[in-house]
Amino acid sequence: MTLALVHARFQLLETIRIPIALIGSAFFPAASMLFFVVPFAGDDPVAATFATAAMVTFSIMVSGLFTYGVGVADDRAQPWDGYVRTLAAGAGPRFAGRILAGMAMSLVSLIPVIAIGALFTQATVSAGGFLLGLGAVFVGALPFTLMGLAIGYALPLKAALVVCQVIFFPLAFGGGLMSSPDQAPGFIAAIAPYLPTRGAVELLWAAVGDYAIQPLSLVMLAVWTAVAGAIAVWAYRRDEGRRFR
Amino acid sequence: MILAEAIEVTRRYGDVTALDRVSLRVTEGELVGLLGPNGAGKTTLASLLTGVRRPDSGTVTLCGGDPRDPRTRRTLGVTPQETGLPATLRVGEVVDFVGAHYPDPVPRAELLDQFGLTDLVRRQTGGLSGGQKRRLAIALAFVGRPRVVVLDEPTTGLDVQARRGLWDAIKAYHAGGGTVLLSSHYLEEIEALADRVVVLGHGRVLADDTVTAVRGMVGVRRVSFAHDGEPPALPGVVATELREGRTHLLTPDSDQLVRALVASGVDFRDLEVAPTSLEEAFLAITQSETLATAA
Repeated sequence: MTLALVHARFQLLETIRIPIALIGSAFFPAASMLFFVVPFAGDDPVAATFATAAMVTFSIMVSGLFTYGVGVADDRAQPWDGYVRTLAAGAGPRFAGRILAGMAMSLVSLIPVIAIGALFTQATVSAGGFLLGLGAVFVGALPFTLMGLAIGYALPLKAALVVCQVIFFPLAFGGGLMSSPDQAPGFIAAIAPYLPTRGAVELLWAAVGDYAIQPLSLVMLAVWTAVAGAIAVWAYRRDEGRRFR
Repeated sequence: MILAEAIEVTRRYGDVTALDRVSLRVTEGELVGLLGPNGAGKTTLASLLTGVRRPDSGTVTLCGGDPRDPRTRRTLGVTPQETGLPATLRVGEVVDFVGAHYPDPVPRAELLDQFGLTDLVRRQTGGLSGGQKRRLAIALAFVGRPRVVVLDEPTTGLDVQARRGLWDAIKAYHAGGGTVLLSSHYLEEIEALADRVVVLGHGRVLADDTVTAVRGMVGVRRVSFAHDGEPPALPGVVATELREGRTHLLTPDSDQLVRALVASGVDFRDLEVAPTSLEEAFLAITQSETLATAA
């Protein structure tokens, strides 16, 4: 456990020394808030709350995929990673440290989205709903964290970057993050429950507003989490740093 | 007590066999040099012993345990490559991070003092000079009071002064009872430090002997000259080559060879004696079946 904190501190120090990296994961969701949510749904308290929750989900998905997917792949390409592998720390402390640091960074990147929602829209949430929402964020972040780790440990940096970029878009739109809960186009409504973004955002909608979760979305969220976790552990075990042929 | 051991270890990367049934044993208190040209398999062997990679077949142990198990590696010290230090972190932070992995690390101030880094504790590692980076990298190998240290080409690219500094640190650790496996492609470095040398070439152990014995094998010189007629038969020649009208002879003892050449009465011109690279010496060893008697 101490080692997990040691590794988390190391990750955070590395990130904080280059603060612009933080802006990257916060920018897109915040910009989407300003361009899509504020002008179109800002005056309707219910729609604004749901839309803000969707942007929060979008934000944790993007930071999960990119922080871990690209971050891990990049670290593996560094000679320092080969050295850290010789230290007395196994997968446990290294995964845990990375996840702790990543969660801290995600929470920071959520601040602009929530601030814009609170200041420029009619979105509202009770104190209890906010705390529940925080819990939903942690559960919802899990599959994306594990997907990121799986990508990062399985692929070299350039491939990881492409895969993250390719999958984040369909996950966001397909999961219905860009449309309000009951107004998604037909084919999105059909595929959304099978995507992890949907389960994550439904948890958040139910936490902060009046929304009845579809069981299928939750089941699929659990399936995605389990599968991504299994792939992440498998990829970590087979990884030996850089591989050349 | 055996601190590091490889038994019949094979490791391939795709079609390339990096290690071919290599066996190696390092006992407590030894300082063993691992000598070989680039591509001989030194780094692969080091990565197996430090738990970074696993062998395709054969077994590797470190202090009696599996080096893939993190607990086993509490006894191990390794030097990161100089270029691999996390650039944005401060010297003190890096030392603390590595030290946190060991049950009884050397206190930060003591370690920094020992390696002359005390004044740099607040500096980011990216801002250090090459020599300072290397000193930090070496200090990291010793922060955990390891029982065995594996150093993979620790002085490549170092200036003479920095190299001496590293040698002193290794000698001091060894004098205190520490066990060292040191890979290098400089015979000079192995001679300065090691008692025993394991020579690796094309993924196989070519020799495992004292420094003096190995010096005789790989300390080969090239004697070349032009002359007319048949190449003379001379003693102590490991390999003979005729190229561009010149005769090239590889020998462990060029003095003796030149005396014999003069005494033979051959009408030679443009005599040259030059040290060979380790690569050439290995070529000679692997090509010559008569090496054992010649050397």
